[in-house]
Amino acid sequence: MPVTDVKHDLDELTLTITAEFAAPVERVWQVYADPRQMEKIWGPPDYPATIVDHDLTPGGRVTYFMTGPDGSKHAGYWLVGEVDEPRSFTFRDGFADLDFNPVPDMPLSDNAYTFAAHDGGTRAVYVSRYESAEALQQVLDMGVVEGASGAISQIDVLLAA
Amino acid sequence: MIEEDAAKVDALFHALADRTRRDILRRVLAREHSVSALAAEYDMSFAAVQKHVAVLERAGLLAKRRAGREQLASGDVVAVRSVASMLAELEQVWRGRIARIDALIASDPEQED
Repeated sequence: MPVTDVKHDLDELTLTITAEFAAPVERVWQVYADPRQMEKIWGPPDYPATIVDHDLTPGGRVTYFMTGPDGSKHAGYWLVGEVDEPRSFTFRDGFADLDFNPVPDMPLSDNAYTFAAHDGGTRAVYVSRYESAEALQQVLDMGVVEGASGAISQIDVLLAA
Repeated sequence: MIEEDAAKVDALFHALADRTRRDILRRVLAREHSVSALAAEYDMSFAAVQKHVAVLERAGLLAKRRAGREQLASGDVVAVRSVASMLAELEQVWRGRIARIDALIASDPEQED
């Protein structure tokens, strides 16, 4: 399993996940730099993501929607903060309407992704911080959760391929 | 998630969305406090603090008991853990993404080594 460490900070509503990938840092960076690759990994199998705008530069925006099994669309955006290609970037992730206008009063999360060469591969550290517990719940409610065993088995199929 | 659980989670997250309530909860998880002792910790009225305590109580995060004229409040560790369960749920989202990145990289036609 590529996930090597998980930390939950209940007070700060922060999730920190460390993973190791068998590929150079530049290759892992490409997953985020290329919208066609990013949409393959962002949404769970039953909520596939479509990336619309993609500007991974400081102050840039990335917009996307995810399509649920019932055809419902859930849109979101990234507001990109700092970018240090190919080592790290930060962004705020928020909810948007289907024209990609940020929805006011909806929760935001602050994210920092860091990639470093490690043992011939890449160690990636993902930090997501939610401003409130309500924010965390709304994110989960949005349908980004893939607890379903169906989704898990699809991943297994992908990995076995 | 069944409806009843969803309503419970709503109450839980509403309760935890406020900084003062989180602070009250931290105190009563550490040890039982009287509501008046809690009220003395904050720059707000006794009634306001009592209201915060009531919200925490409705969410099942805190339990009150009477001891003479005092109302004593203590935190429910098990209920607080359900915040942990929310983060755990989010962790599953991340594990999914990471597994997909791994699969995507593994499917590259031209591996460098």
